[in-house]
Amino acid sequence: MSVNVRIPTILRTYTGGQAEVSAEGATLAEVIADLEKNHTGIAARVLDDQGKLRRFVNVYVNDDDVRFEQGLETATPDGAGVSIIPAVAGG
Amino acid sequence: MAAQTVASTTDSRTVDLGPAAALSCRECGHRVPLGPVFACEECFGPLEIAYDFSAYDTEELRKRIEAGPSNIWRYAPLLPVPADVATKPNINPGWTKLVKADNLARELGVTGGLYVKDDSGNPTHSFKDRVVAQALEAARAFGFTTLSCSSTGNLAGAVGAAAARAGFRSCVFIPHDLEQGKVVMAAVYGGELVGIEGNYDDVNRFCSELIGDPAGEGWGFVNVNLRPYYAEGSKTLAYEICEQLGWQLPDQLVVPIASGSQLTKIDKGLQELIKLGLVEDKPYKIFGAQAEGCSPVSVAYKAGHDVVRPQKPDTIAKSLAIGNPADGPYVLDIARRTGGAVEDVNDEQIVEAIKLLARTEGIFAETAGGVTVGVTRKLIENGVLDPTLTTVVLNTGDGLKTLDAVAGTGLTATIRPNLDSFREAGLAS
Repeated sequence: MSVNVRIPTILRTYTGGQAEVSAEGATLAEVIADLEKNHTGIAARVLDDQGKLRRFVNVYVNDDDVRFEQGLETATPDGAGVSIIPAVAGG
Repeated sequence: MAAQTVASTTDSRTVDLGPAAALSCRECGHRVPLGPVFACEECFGPLEIAYDFSAYDTEELRKRIEAGPSNIWRYAPLLPVPADVATKPNINPGWTKLVKADNLARELGVTGGLYVKDDSGNPTHSFKDRVVAQALEAARAFGFTTLSCSSTGNLAGAVGAAAARAGFRSCVFIPHDLEQGKVVMAAVYGGELVGIEGNYDDVNRFCSELIGDPAGEGWGFVNVNLRPYYAEGSKTLAYEICEQLGWQLPDQLVVPIASGSQLTKIDKGLQELIKLGLVEDKPYKIFGAQAEGCSPVSVAYKAGHDVVRPQKPDTIAKSLAIGNPADGPYVLDIARRTGGAVEDVNDEQIVEAIKLLARTEGIFAETAGGVTVGVTRKLIENGVLDPTLTTVVLNTGDGLKTLDAVAGTGLTATIRPNLDSFREAGLAS
């Protein structure tokens, strides 16, 4: 399963400045693991010490907030768009 | 204060934002130079302004504030703005009325003094003028010439007006189904107004993605990349309330919750006044108010959780309809630390409260004001809010913006233009 991952500005130091990268995985957890393989250090920014999504990170698979789905176990179908977004915006 | 060199979106420039010293992560404490960034590069936590207030003498500062203009810039020494901010083209909000609400107090059984901080008196009739005025100064400092935002309506109008005054371009994004009054009040200033097919959280997500894309390059999103500066504007509510009470802390405050930013910054403002010696230190309680149809913070509070599970909003209080509130966890911390609470009321109770405030005090609040008044009543009835203490309730917007909420209110009678008809209608004294 190949997906496109949109990278927020504050994580682009890990992707050589790229705003979008591709990654492999059938679930969000697998996608993040694959991102870490190719962009070392990125997983520790997105996940906390317990391996859960940090509370100020929002992740969308296509248009769905994974917190309304199955969190890190949310399925990532082939060709899906995954967006990692800081949660502290708005209001 | 010394100016500081920072990295902007495109180059380095020198900025003067008064006593603002750096940006500091509220989660992990990581510090970065002042710049148009909003999330911590270490943990994604919210960045907020760290100040250097060390040079201030309490009594000199008090005199300087009291001699200042009748708007938020009287507090310029405590804000991330240059010292000459009052001379720049801006909408100059604030110094709104603190209404002693004796009639409402009688109705609710409050004996300790009840006040309504009525922010409908701002230039675009909501508290958002405070935060936008701040963000405009940051945008100027960082060299932006376009102002943008995601908005539930009030912010859109405030951004449009501030951009018009300052000669900036504005392009703001709102849910497509907002109240007509808010759409008109945002569009009339001549900027670009874009409806997004989705709710506020969808709009917010879109703006967060736009900011990282070349399509949004060079834009100052007041509540995204300028959010640390923008949010500080809400501190001025705390400053004004205390100054208007004779430099005293109120015992209890009832504050609406959308993203939670306003409530957290009111607490920050109160803490600053205590540390600076401008008010006497004493306990105060902050109560958060939500609509039942969008109550993620209230639900978390009542469940004893310290994380906020997002909701899909469904309420008439659209200005509070943020299902994924960025500052929700901090609101929980503050409510618990101060001995306050978070409560919610349903749409029917919101409408009743709007009418109650209008009937007793002559203040026509938007739905968010109905939420705070309704929650105040509920908290008193439940024995949570102490009616013997000084209490300040916030009204953050004008009822003219949400006429739909009270659409059933209208004519008492229609009569022919003669006295008999007047008497027949039962209107004679």
